[in-house]
Amino acid sequence: MELDPLLLSRLQFAFVVSFHAIFPVFTIGLASYIALLHGLFYKTENPAWDRLALFWTKVFAVVFGMGVVSGIVMSFQFGTNWSNFSQASSNFLGPMLSYEVLTAFFLEAAFLGVLLFGRGKVPEGVHLFAAIMVAIGTFISAFWILSANSWLHTPAGVELIDFRFHVTSWSEAIFNPSFPYRFLHMAVASFLTGGFVVAGVSAWFLLRDRDPEANRRALSMCLWLLLFLAPVQAVIGDFHGLNTLEYQPTKVAAMEGHWETGTNVPLLLFAIPDQEAQTNHFAFGIPNLASIILTHSPDGEIPGISEAAPEEQPPVLIVFWAFRVMVGIGLLMIAVSLAGLMLRRKGRIYSSKLFLKSLTRMIALPFIAVLAGWVVTESGRSPWLVYGMMTHAEGLTPSLTGPMALFTLIGYVLVYGAVFYAGIYYLTRVVRNGMLPVEERETTGENFKRPMRPLSATHTPFDDDVDPVRS
Amino acid sequence: MNMEMFDLTVIWAFIIGFGLMMYVLMDGFDLGLGILYPFAPDEDARDVMMNSVAPIWDGNETWLVLSGAGLLGAFPLVYSVFLPALYIGVFLMLAGLIFRGVAFELRFKSKRNRHWWNRAFCWGSAIAAFAQGAVVGAYIQGFPVENFAYVGGAFDWLTPFTILTGFGLMAGYALLGATWLILKSEGHIQDWAYKITPMLLALVLLVFGIISVWTPFVNPLVWERWFGNIQLIWIFPFLAMACAFIVYRSVQKRREAAPFLATIGIYLFTYLGLIVSKWPIIVPPNYTLWDAASAPESQLFLLVGFVFIIPIVLTYTAWAYWVFRGKVRVGEGYH
Repeated sequence: MELDPLLLSRLQFAFVVSFHAIFPVFTIGLASYIALLHGLFYKTENPAWDRLALFWTKVFAVVFGMGVVSGIVMSFQFGTNWSNFSQASSNFLGPMLSYEVLTAFFLEAAFLGVLLFGRGKVPEGVHLFAAIMVAIGTFISAFWILSANSWLHTPAGVELIDFRFHVTSWSEAIFNPSFPYRFLHMAVASFLTGGFVVAGVSAWFLLRDRDPEANRRALSMCLWLLLFLAPVQAVIGDFHGLNTLEYQPTKVAAMEGHWETGTNVPLLLFAIPDQEAQTNHFAFGIPNLASIILTHSPDGEIPGISEAAPEEQPPVLIVFWAFRVMVGIGLLMIAVSLAGLMLRRKGRIYSSKLFLKSLTRMIALPFIAVLAGWVVTESGRSPWLVYGMMTHAEGLTPSLTGPMALFTLIGYVLVYGAVFYAGIYYLTRVVRNGMLPVEERETTGENFKRPMRPLSATHTPFDDDVDPVRS
Repeated sequence: MNMEMFDLTVIWAFIIGFGLMMYVLMDGFDLGLGILYPFAPDEDARDVMMNSVAPIWDGNETWLVLSGAGLLGAFPLVYSVFLPALYIGVFLMLAGLIFRGVAFELRFKSKRNRHWWNRAFCWGSAIAAFAQGAVVGAYIQGFPVENFAYVGGAFDWLTPFTILTGFGLMAGYALLGATWLILKSEGHIQDWAYKITPMLLALVLLVFGIISVWTPFVNPLVWERWFGNIQLIWIFPFLAMACAFIVYRSVQKRREAAPFLATIGIYLFTYLGLIVSKWPIIVPPNYTLWDAASAPESQLFLLVGFVFIIPIVLTYTAWAYWVFRGKVRVGEGYH
């Protein structure tokens, strides 16, 4: 079999970007949560908030560190595998990606150190300020990256001359048509992810009766947040879909498994799209519902996948099912939040074993939903790299061969496998260690001169045989 | 080519040049310690070696990412030719940097698995250093480029010349690491650093000497530069040699800061010598800084951010070095 550098490069990018994405999607939500905890402590002086803030800051430090490491690889991917694309789009994407790097460095240099290591050394107010700035900083970082990504979907403010994009309007390019929807959708997804992780971990502690007072507070506030945000996300997603219908109708058609342009389009619950035959097998759905959702009228017309020539169609099977995974998890989130509300009214929110266990098991789901959502939008853009202007094939590095791409793909899988196995293993140890009692905290090396690196904010040993005070 | 574009491109050349210099000097000594790791006299020495850079190594790597980001924004041609041409090397470098980065964090947190993190630290550092040296060699050598895109094969960069520059930079980083250790350690660890420094210096001079003699034959432009009209540039190799002499003398006198500072001098003048050999070619053999530049509006847009951030990073760096100044002692952990 001939090794296709295009397919392998796309797989490689999908792999490294998926691996990277799970960290920031969590830290963005968690940073705001930590800022909130600091704010509550500042206002009420209740030590429970302080202990929660300290615990989650340690988790934040480890996840942030892994996000930075995997992000460095990302910044080289564009050059190594997509050099034609980076050369062509550098006038716009170069500054955008660089600003993201600058934001991250500024954040780390100025505020992260204070947040992680300033406890007890700077005034409470300064510490709170640093926590808020870190939270804002994560959003600024996301702003640059999501603007750059949205521009690939809905390019604006540029003209393409001799295979090179020239910026004609920075504001139009940065605030391109799909950007506001994508940014909101992603911001809320980060809050949902952070919320479900905090809720799941708090539930895990409550099941073991560890720190019930602090963990009850954490669980309760998360459930209020989720009750509000899970439905809001569905509404934002709907608006995002309408925007996509306007700018990338083929992607929406693929999400719906809708081949021929027509009216009274059903919402398919199950189908096996067949790209070759340009039709679905075993289709089963609710009549008219897709038309109602997308056009707000049962006989609204929706353009089909076949409007695009077969070679310009996205992989329908992938887009169709990834969309259902995302929406399915979203609906489950709403259901769990409502169940939480009902249990709260019965006063059994902290005692229902079934509910707490379900929350613990749900920790991985928001991550899967986020990745599925990215698969929908990125695969749905295919074969376009810059929608309507440049294909993946045109953007590929011309000198890249199949074996080269295969070598690095396997290489990244192995490196990430080893490093992040260690990282996740360590993270679970940090979480299981839980919160330290207030008096013990003073002896855990807080008084050492210490490096200002994220992971150094934790003292949990990697092996069982290391004294936690010394390490 | 209008005046405005000329200015911005030169400004960016200075910014990137400065960033890369900072990177080579600062990550140089912590990569060097990784290369020296297996030769360390004992586990105490390894603790001290790692502790002496643990608080600052990631700040040092900031300069690599900063320069890389600047290149994509200001000189995209460099980014889109160097990275494909050095495809395999870039991967090895990244893998090396990741492994050693994780080793920094987790070595101190484990006992049973410590030997694995030792290995990760050493191999990661050595591979990253070799790959960076090979990049320098490839830059001297030049790339087959057509129509603004690399057209060579996967291993064109790996020639006897680049293998030599790869080992050359490894030796150079090891020298930086050894002189840094003189500055930061005491007792038997410092004795060991004093002992290996002259050997490493001799190795560095030998390899750098071979590279210098070889370079004009690899690249005709360099030949013209050095044996043409501008005689002034011979000052750089002489200054580098003077610094090497200072390293040797100061080690004999058991001075503590001078060997490290003089080694920085060797690097600085070698680097300047390399730049004047190539200026203004940035994607050899043919493309100049101006061919490689992005649109002036893009350079200007990004410059605003860099002008704002570089002083902050410099301040942060200086502050971190100040906080962690002084000797590192056995059993005194930063962790």
